[in-house]
Amino acid sequence: MRVNVTVNGEDRQADHVWEGESLLYLLRERLGLPGSKNACEQGECGSCTVYLDGVPACACLVAAGQAEGREVRTVEGLADGEALDPVQESFVECGAVQCGFCTPGLLVAAHDLIERTSEPGDAEIREALAGNLCRCTGYEKILDAVRLAAARKAEVAK
Amino acid sequence: MNPARSPQTLDDTITGGIGESPLRPDGVLKVRGEFAYSSDLWHEDMLWGATLRSPHPHALITGIDTSAALAVPGVHAVLTHEDVPGENVYGLKYQDTPALAADRVRYQGEPVAILAADHPEIARQALKEIEVGYEVLEPITDPERAAHDHTLPHLHPDGNLVRYQRIVRGDPDAEAEVVVSGVYEIGMQDQAFLGPESGLAVPAEDGGVDLYLATQWLHVDQRQTAKALGLPLEKVRLTLSGVGGAFGGREDLSMQIHSCLLALRTGKPVKMVYNREESFFGHVHRHPAKMYYEHGATKDGDLVYVRARLYFDGGAYASKTPVVVGNGTTLSVGPYDVPNARIEGWGVYSNNPTCGAMRGLGAVQPTYAYESQMDKLAAALGMDPAELRIRNAMSEGSANVTGQVIDFPAPVAELVQRVRDMPLPPEHRTSPVDIRNLPGGTSNTTHGEGVVRGIGYGVTIKNISYAEGLDDYSTARVRLEVLGGEAVAMVHTAAAEVGQGLVTVQQQIARTELGVPRVTVHPADTSVGDAGSSSASRQTYVTGGAVRNACRAVAERVFARAAGRLGRSPEGMALSGGKIVASDGEVLAALADILGEDAIEETREYHHRPTHPLDPETGQGDAHVQYGFSAHRAVVDVDTELGLVKVVQLDCAQDVGKAMNPDAVVAQIQGGSAQGLGLAVMEEIQVRDGKVRNPSFTDYLIPTVLDMPPMRIDVLERADPHAPYGVRGVGEPPTISATPAIANAIRAATGLELPRVPIRPEHLTGT
Ligand code: FES
Ligand code: FES
Repeated sequence: MRVNVTVNGEDRQADHVWEGESLLYLLRERLGLPGSKNACEQGECGSCTVYLDGVPACACLVAAGQAEGREVRTVEGLADGEALDPVQESFVECGAVQCGFCTPGLLVAAHDLIERTSEPGDAEIREALAGNLCRCTGYEKILDAVRLAAARKAEVAK
Repeated sequence: MNPARSPQTLDDTITGGIGESPLRPDGVLKVRGEFAYSSDLWHEDMLWGATLRSPHPHALITGIDTSAALAVPGVHAVLTHEDVPGENVYGLKYQDTPALAADRVRYQGEPVAILAADHPEIARQALKEIEVGYEVLEPITDPERAAHDHTLPHLHPDGNLVRYQRIVRGDPDAEAEVVVSGVYEIGMQDQAFLGPESGLAVPAEDGGVDLYLATQWLHVDQRQTAKALGLPLEKVRLTLSGVGGAFGGREDLSMQIHSCLLALRTGKPVKMVYNREESFFGHVHRHPAKMYYEHGATKDGDLVYVRARLYFDGGAYASKTPVVVGNGTTLSVGPYDVPNARIEGWGVYSNNPTCGAMRGLGAVQPTYAYESQMDKLAAALGMDPAELRIRNAMSEGSANVTGQVIDFPAPVAELVQRVRDMPLPPEHRTSPVDIRNLPGGTSNTTHGEGVVRGIGYGVTIKNISYAEGLDDYSTARVRLEVLGGEAVAMVHTAAAEVGQGLVTVQQQIARTELGVPRVTVHPADTSVGDAGSSSASRQTYVTGGAVRNACRAVAERVFARAAGRLGRSPEGMALSGGKIVASDGEVLAALADILGEDAIEETREYHHRPTHPLDPETGQGDAHVQYGFSAHRAVVDVDTELGLVKVVQLDCAQDVGKAMNPDAVVAQIQGGSAQGLGLAVMEEIQVRDGKVRNPSFTDYLIPTVLDMPPMRIDVLERADPHAPYGVRGVGEPPTISATPAIANAIRAATGLELPRVPIRPEHLTGT
């Protein structure tokens, strides 16, 4: 089948998509956007988190066909050209990235939290990121990064 | 063609020498989603490889028919052991593992056949068309029996014992006033790195193959792969792609030989990516263990003896089992002074999943046991558990259980004091209860009733680098040249960056040694000498040493050249800020002027001081290069009715010799502690009758951000005079000491014996 989808603001099209393919496969293998990661393909690790019509979703659990006519935003679409999004910047600055395999999914989840909540408390941040596994960092520096990004965003809003 | 992207572009401006905390050079690519992991590789016209695995833990293979699979449209090749052109056997220590099973399978998940197809789904479907005849056999699953019962069938020609090691020190039959004993078990932990096993093999015109992959040790993969392919080493070239974590799980081969076989057979690039379920079968795990311990002490609390019998289940193939037995026995009494000991360790073959390297190799198991014993002993003596540890702590000048004298700082007592003296979290009863912070969290299972709190300690000693006489070394090539009018250094090693931050440290060393701000790290590959493995907490030490040596060799040539040009002696020259300066600080020349068009390149190795094999009878010997030490204190809340545990706080003190990158050191301690927490309360591959029951992230649980408590971290820097810059390996100790600290805290809270980790709800409620 053919799938039409808007990805990071661009209209994209893929042909010969097999019905069982996931949105994650479509993005990674057909549209050349390998930023979203495949670590469990079961909705358990959050590494493949993308925005689907503005709502975070595990791309591995969405059938490619379900994305027809919808809008997807991936980690590749967070930065504004060369300028990193504040949440990306703070992940780099706080050392929240080690192997980095969990990072794309965490960034989308954290980005969404900060969009929704102006000054999230620790318990809220933990809850928002609870669906994203990281095996390397022990999460402490990820928490630091989200706090910093939230604070910066609040600063700009003032 | 290089499908792996460069880890860094030359335009990045990053500063910071050793002792500072510059940012990772690959950080920006990683947050942009542009960093190419091995599972992201892509090649026009590439095929997808897939592996058929044994459903049985133990069976004879009576026949394999691949014709139906080969007839599936889109399938390009189906291969079995008969298609392995070289030797169909590999292994890290012993050559005992078939690349593809021939006449029998020894574990569930053992690779039997491989194929390549146009689409991963075609590949998966076609696997079902391969017919394998099995004659199912009774699996051997009890390691203790495997060690002693010689009537059991032999899984390998020499029997079922991989290694036995005995250590005798002082009077092995010494007696003591206070004696405690216990039997401890530890379940099978998984590395659970997030980036699955994956890589891309590209056939080359010379009849060889280029393999881009995620691994921990390129050269050892190259040697094993070339042997199976029947090719000379130089025709099997490996390049490291982005690695999504490793933790020991990438030391053994997974898809290396298979992808190359398929690429060479089809003449096309072949990509292999395991899914999570396959990953659980495709790599080795941490050895489960059963440990019998007896400690004797004076009534004042001085350790008199330790006697222990340790059984490590290595599963179907040897992998790192010999090293696990070596580490397990030599580290079996912990960071304590013990005059008398009798220790025995067995590593065995069984039909359980193969076990090999995982962070804390061989030390995790005994540490859980001896630290449990230390608490039991403290209770028997009526002593404070921290006090007992401090009283018996080893120190510089101590001799350990193998008779090796510790000739470098060993601040064990201080580490315990430091975690003991850190502030405790507020009692939940006295502060307003936020149920999110209680065991069970938002499930609203308690509002504090039925919840008890406990505090526990865990202290460990871990050897750094490879041991027992191995010549463990690394190689670095450093090039200094002028680019865009500026002197730039390039560091090239085969050392694997697996997430730990080695690329950052390599740059820091080169910046410090060469006095240039701009340093790039060449992608790791086999076109430079061996760097050894990214394991055993050894890379900053050993590859760091090699980078330092190569930089100093480069600097010497710069000074010689400068001396010639300037007509003065090279004596006292130094490099700083892109200039050559004299000992009095006078600027002699710009580095760029001295270099001109002629780059200077030097390759050097670093070998750490020699270690020695253990005496097979007494287990005495200077087996290890260096030790790392860490101590944890855990505070836990336990809901005794539901058996739920919340780790409230987990604090750590560790000696790192020299913090090359202090922020990265802290990050290693945090990440390591999380894995130790996982082993304490949730992580276990559950195996019954040789079969894995939970090969998914739904059923194999690793800590989430809700499970990890805040941590206080105290980093000591007691330089090791024998190590480059005084460094001490960092990565492993925090994983090891976190587990017993949490187990001891849960015991303190509940008063239960808890002789097994992970501690699950049913252990706490007795159901
Ligand atoms: S890959 Fe989608 S949640 Fe793990
Ligand atoms: S940084 Fe490796 S999994 Fe999170």
